[in-house]
Amino acid sequence: MTKTTLLYALPAAAILLIPVLTQNPYFLHMLILVLMWVVLGQSWNLLGGYTGQVSFGHAAFFGIGAYTTGILVKSGLSPAAAWSGLLLGGIAAMVVASVIGWICFRLRGPYFALSVLALAEVLRLVALNWKELTNGAEGILYIPAFTSKAAYYYIVLAIAAACFLAIRTVMRSRLGYYFLAIREDQDCAESLGIDTTRYKLYSLLVSAFFTGVAGSFYMNYMGFIDPGIVFGIEHISIMMILVVMLGGAGTMLGPAVGAVIYILMSEVFRVFVKRGHLVFFGILIIVIIIYFPNGIVGTLNEWRARRKPPGSPAPEGA
Amino acid sequence: MSLLELSDVTKRFGGLQAVGHLSFRLEKGEILGLIGPNGAGKTTVFNVINGYYAPTGGEIRFKGERIDGKKPHEVCHLGLARTFQVVKPLARLSVLDNVMVSAFAKTSDRAAARTVALESIAFTGMDSWRDQPAGSLPLGMRKRLEMARALATKPELLLLDENFAGLNPSEVDATMGIVRKIHGSGVTILVIEHNMRVIMSISHRVLAINYGEKLAEGTPEQVANDPKVVEAYLGVAHA
Repeated sequence: MTKTTLLYALPAAAILLIPVLTQNPYFLHMLILVLMWVVLGQSWNLLGGYTGQVSFGHAAFFGIGAYTTGILVKSGLSPAAAWSGLLLGGIAAMVVASVIGWICFRLRGPYFALSVLALAEVLRLVALNWKELTNGAEGILYIPAFTSKAAYYYIVLAIAAACFLAIRTVMRSRLGYYFLAIREDQDCAESLGIDTTRYKLYSLLVSAFFTGVAGSFYMNYMGFIDPGIVFGIEHISIMMILVVMLGGAGTMLGPAVGAVIYILMSEVFRVFVKRGHLVFFGILIIVIIIYFPNGIVGTLNEWRARRKPPGSPAPEGA
Repeated sequence: MSLLELSDVTKRFGGLQAVGHLSFRLEKGEILGLIGPNGAGKTTVFNVINGYYAPTGGEIRFKGERIDGKKPHEVCHLGLARTFQVVKPLARLSVLDNVMVSAFAKTSDRAAARTVALESIAFTGMDSWRDQPAGSLPLGMRKRLEMARALATKPELLLLDENFAGLNPSEVDATMGIVRKIHGSGVTILVIEHNMRVIMSISHRVLAINYGEKLAEGTPEQVANDPKVVEAYLGVAHA
């Protein structure tokens, strides 16, 4: 076995064995949340970090995924415990994304970021008021399919792995190069033969799909959603940006690092501060943007690159 | 059929006419120099040809096909590439990745794109800069990167926008060598340049414009000695 396979195989084995080694529900719950946020962070990162299209309203896609699954289960249309809803939630999010992307991506500047912010708010109000469909502010409640946390752990682990592999594959293909070119300079990208409107839309579709899947998973796992939780700017949209900025936008590992720190911090705040913890996250975002705009992984990569003698190859996929 | 043909092309920005009733042809295998004082509308001509702006009036044909109103990425796929006067490196990507982006215009395979990109990099003499982030290059190399990237799209017609500006004399000579090599490989070239030594030495024909309109067209000597051209640059007293 080579050194690199060992480097990947060991942590992979450790991650797979965790539920065998411990059945502590609190610990597994934390890990499940971390993995879900890894998916959310990766999704936002593909669009915002790699393609340079910032979204202030990814809760729109998260909520669509969650409500698709919730409504399917409640209406009895999908009796098989809604796991088919995982896929449908992702697809529903893609459909909504294709409409907003098709309208906004022909423009440059803040139009997309702001439109999607408005979209999330509109959807929250619709979910709040269309009581026949969504049960309004009372939300949707059902008993989760499994009692064991281990089952959810493996499901969300599979989603996170699929998301990671999909994005890594994309970033190593022509699509990935085009996304980076669009982020760096759209005029230049156009002149090099890139249909920027179309490729921005592709990036959004992949991003919205995995965000929607994560929303479906959230519904299935928590067994309860309401409009404020899944369409909330402060719960989802902004926190996705925080996770990515903290870990490092435009890096493969950044969102994972960001997710771990975010979940740890929200637990610490929840236990010790109790109220007003959003203020701390707000301050944290400001500090990151001013002092560490590349996030943790981005800053480490920079240090590593600076220590290397000039002329040596750049780190792959960094 | 000419490779590129502009007929009666006009571009206005509100009340300002940047290009006015400009017509010219470019034959396959030519190097045509486009000159004119600052603000004459040279770069606007490029922007109209490459699709960055749609012309207000007139027709542009490339290989006989209308391209006015087409978008830059469509024009690029037809075989028309350009460089930018104000260089646009994809700053956080390496030189190799910059050139690979444009090589993907003709292939979706990563290994094939890499091969094409490495050829373009070697062709423009940028091998030793291959792994540097494009944002860290000195100006001379950024100008060369523009050419390497344009070449990797395998163009039939290349628009060079002041690739010699800001270079020292030895860099100018090196760049002239590269342009001649590109031309030698069968690419037709339309070049904007202020440096008269360059224009006189590499162009087969020269087109001079001022206020977006044609002043003179002909061999480099004819145009350089045309009273209207001298007047545009130096004023009436010298003409």
